[in-house]
Amino acid sequence: MIKYIYADALGAFPLLKETMLKDRAVQFRDRLGWNVSVDSNGFEVDEYDDMNPLYVIYELPDGSHGGSMRILPTTGQTMVNDHFLDLTDGVEISSPLIWECTRFCISPNAGKLAGKVAAALMLAGCELGVRFGLDSSVGVFDARMVHIYRRIGWTPEILGTKGEGKDSVSVGLWEINEESKAQICAKSGFRAEEAEAWFEASFPVSDAFDAMVA
Amino acid sequence: MTKLETFLDSLEASQTPNDIQSLVEALRESYGVSNAVYHAVNLDGAPYAALTYSPEWMDHYQEQEYVRVDPVVRGALQHFHPMDWKRLDWSNKGSRAFLGEAIDAGLGNQGLSIPIRGPNGQFALFTINHDSSDKEWARFTEESKRDMMLISHYIHKQVVKIVIPEGDRQHQPLSPRETDTLKYLGLGYSRGQISEKLSISEHTLRVYIDSARHKLGALNTIHAVTTAFTRGLIAY
Repeated sequence: MIKYIYADALGAFPLLKETMLKDRAVQFRDRLGWNVSVDSNGFEVDEYDDMNPLYVIYELPDGSHGGSMRILPTTGQTMVNDHFLDLTDGVEISSPLIWECTRFCISPNAGKLAGKVAAALMLAGCELGVRFGLDSSVGVFDARMVHIYRRIGWTPEILGTKGEGKDSVSVGLWEINEESKAQICAKSGFRAEEAEAWFEASFPVSDAFDAMVA
Repeated sequence: MTKLETFLDSLEASQTPNDIQSLVEALRESYGVSNAVYHAVNLDGAPYAALTYSPEWMDHYQEQEYVRVDPVVRGALQHFHPMDWKRLDWSNKGSRAFLGEAIDAGLGNQGLSIPIRGPNGQFALFTINHDSSDKEWARFTEESKRDMMLISHYIHKQVVKIVIPEGDRQHQPLSPRETDTLKYLGLGYSRGQISEKLSISEHTLRVYIDSARHKLGALNTIHAVTTAFTRGLIAY
């Protein structure tokens, strides 16, 4: 089950918040050895988490975090523009139709669901973009993700890469459209209606509004 | 020319706040909607608006301080996604009473509001308001949401250009890729030829062009090329 949650609403989901930020510490500090900061709670948080990003979170059956990613508009401050301009030939990617996606994380507790979680997150990101009329998503990712994206059926165009082999980091651009969505569904086995239902559950139509304007 | 291109062309030529007001009125006509609103809550310290709501409704809104119960404003302050009014939080009784009055005052029953943020705490909101069935509205938003995202952003850029003096705006340098892209465009190469020359896809090329346009404050590609040329950023 996917939930879209803004940072300012994350407090209403304490277990999801705690397990997500701890899983991020495991993935980015412990497994990938990135230079990220982990606070006294064991939470991996950075300055972009303070900009009220939108999180896309996979919730495991026990209510804990199965995987997630973090979304910010590129018309504001983004990680790619602040730290990875060397990978985009100095091009600052800023458009109302492009959002940035970072901190793609899969929980160690996802176990044999890991592949499904990854596919659900990508599909949910694509659904979000289609619903809001976006053109593309830009993101930073490590080498091991490249074949995961391929397996899911939604590969980015790589704008630049630094580092060697499994330690390399790339910036990529994903095209958002109905075809991308259909491709992910075909490869992952999810139905388009499932993704639509995730969106509807997180951005529900207000009955009160409908009753007023009827 | 598409509706969007026509609009951006006139926007490009606008020079005064009155021009922006006329453009917002023209936008309402060309997209066939009830109202269009651009409202900068904070434009480097001051508010600014160009809109088609009636002056009576605006006065009433201010008198009643509806900004405090209006879920559109609350949503836009917190979030960055384009907001369909029917997906906002109307659970508060005060906000529902406000909605009732808005409709009595002649506002349409449908709305889409897009939050816009800029440097130095700039915060603005662009809204399309319409009177239609859910089905008709769904068709309109499906067809036009992309246009509205771009329009909201470009109106804001143009207003900043008109209202804030040149000296207070910063020019961002172009990257070599952006310079090359504009130079080839100026020479009349097609996008296909340029992407081949630079070994990138046409999709990425479009992102580079958008980025250069954004840095130059240009609303279309031709304007970006001429601005880059007159500033001496590209030479032939």
